[in-house]
Amino acid sequence: MENKALAGIASQVRRDIVRMVSAVNSGHPGGSLGCTDFLTYLYFEQMQHNANDFQMDGKNEDLFFLSNGHISPVWYSVLARAGYFPVAELGTFRKLGTRLQGHPSTDKNLPGIRMASGSLGQGLSVGIGAAQIKKLNQDPTIVYTLHGDGELQEGQIWEAAMYAAANKIDNIIATIDANGRQIDGDVDDVLSLGDLHQKWVAFGWEVLHMDGHDFDSIRSTMQQAKALTGKGKPVVIIMKTEMGQGVDYMVGSHKWHGVAPNAEQLQVALNQLEETLGDY
Amino acid sequence: MEFEVLGNKDTRSGFGEGLAELGQQNPDVVALCADLTGSLKMDAFQKAHPDRFFQTGIAEANMIGLAAGMTIGGKIPFTGTFANFSTGRVYDQIRQSVAYSKKNVKICASHAGLTLGEDGATHQVLEDIGMMRMLPNMTVIVPADFNQTKQATIAIAAHEGPVYLRFGRPVMPIFVKPDAEFVIGKADVLAEGTDVTIIACGHMVWKSIEALKELHAIGISAELINMHTIKPLDEAAILKSVAKTGCVVTAEEHMMNGGLGEAVSQVLSRKHPVPQEYVAVNDTFGESGTPMELMTKYHIDTPDVVAAVKRALARKPIII
Repeated sequence: MENKALAGIASQVRRDIVRMVSAVNSGHPGGSLGCTDFLTYLYFEQMQHNANDFQMDGKNEDLFFLSNGHISPVWYSVLARAGYFPVAELGTFRKLGTRLQGHPSTDKNLPGIRMASGSLGQGLSVGIGAAQIKKLNQDPTIVYTLHGDGELQEGQIWEAAMYAAANKIDNIIATIDANGRQIDGDVDDVLSLGDLHQKWVAFGWEVLHMDGHDFDSIRSTMQQAKALTGKGKPVVIIMKTEMGQGVDYMVGSHKWHGVAPNAEQLQVALNQLEETLGDY
Repeated sequence: MEFEVLGNKDTRSGFGEGLAELGQQNPDVVALCADLTGSLKMDAFQKAHPDRFFQTGIAEANMIGLAAGMTIGGKIPFTGTFANFSTGRVYDQIRQSVAYSKKNVKICASHAGLTLGEDGATHQVLEDIGMMRMLPNMTVIVPADFNQTKQATIAIAAHEGPVYLRFGRPVMPIFVKPDAEFVIGKADVLAEGTDVTIIACGHMVWKSIEALKELHAIGISAELINMHTIKPLDEAAILKSVAKTGCVVTAEEHMMNGGLGEAVSQVLSRKHPVPQEYVAVNDTFGESGTPMELMTKYHIDTPDVVAAVKRALARKPIII
């Protein structure tokens, strides 16, 4: 897909995100906007997946697990825009009875979601388990996961990282949303991750870096990551992003981690984001 | 009511044998263990099916997450570690990735309760039944002896959904027939009686069988129910028995808070209030000692069942 087409989808996804969270005055726009380009690329170019016939067991298709479940708005929008469920359903986000729970859930059978997430640190283990069974089933497809950088403070992530390398799980590509922000402020101030690159290297992973807002960088890195699968090591991509990307007053601030724009702020945001595919 | 003792074995060995059989029968069964393969008796499965056995190291949170992920390719993962590390240590992982996500994971937990013995209170979990039965979508099973643990292990593979299977370390008498059918959620009435209903699970079923003999000797007719499934609870079996006996003793190797007794009392208070007495550990941690010393000290032994029956009988309304 051309970068221009991807950018058009991403712009619509960002409109969806700010409209969804503003409508219910809750949710997490910051990280959602920051991961929009990545998830758009992942679902519209990278993954082999079947949006029209969702199967929980995911055999012979690439799988994606969102470990930092609070950025559900971007995932829901991308899933809907990719055809997993009607776009109009985005309007039910966080409302009573919705399939689009505040954090992703399998509870109401929303197509595209295979595991609940929200309580942080669990998605890497889940992805590795799914990847290991793909190997057992001789299924050549790949498992993708996404994690926040703040989420890496959870110990379970490192249990999983150690396990994957020790067991040569080489059909998983984990991506870290390195926006450097978390609820209480900068990751460096809250609890520094130290040398993140060297940590993953020391844990036995192939480590790549990319600019999460440059489709050329995303494409070349994701292609490189895919080429590195099947070679005995798990792959992690440290993806530099800006929290709130695409909305000028949100960019780079942890204050929009979990706060929704009001009606006036929403309008300012929408004026900066072209409607390309039609609002839900 | 004679109970034939068919041998003496630990319930964890029943799990090990059941898992090994499942390995032969069902290629979708996979097993994970957090560095306690010998203690959990998972070696036979590991040896026969090395490709389907996953050693996770001392990392239980990761083990539960891996197991949840492994269901997605259609496998049936059985996780194995001590009950303490199978529940409290990984409660949030079970809650989100297994129970809420409705994943077909079988959480198999050995060394439950005081009968873990000498290792002491750090390892003697007495809250696990409570934690697990509070979780929506979770089935909770506490089999009574070696044979029943083996039967339950095989039965839960055929049940779609999360299961917590609790068993233990000490060698105990075997009394369930090797060919008995295990039905999840259907209690076994081991002895019929008219004066009192004893509802027990796990090792306390044998202790209750011993109590029956003493009660019989003093002219008390006790009905004994082996409530191997704590959730879903066999309400019909409880109500049918209580309609006859009018009082209940529950017996479990678990904290009084949250356990079998509390589950039974919820049924009784709503549907058929009768006096109930509890044989359970009362809001205290355990300590080091032999399994049988600890059962005596913490009042979950045969004499405690007998005493609880007497208390329950004394509270029954006198009908003139």
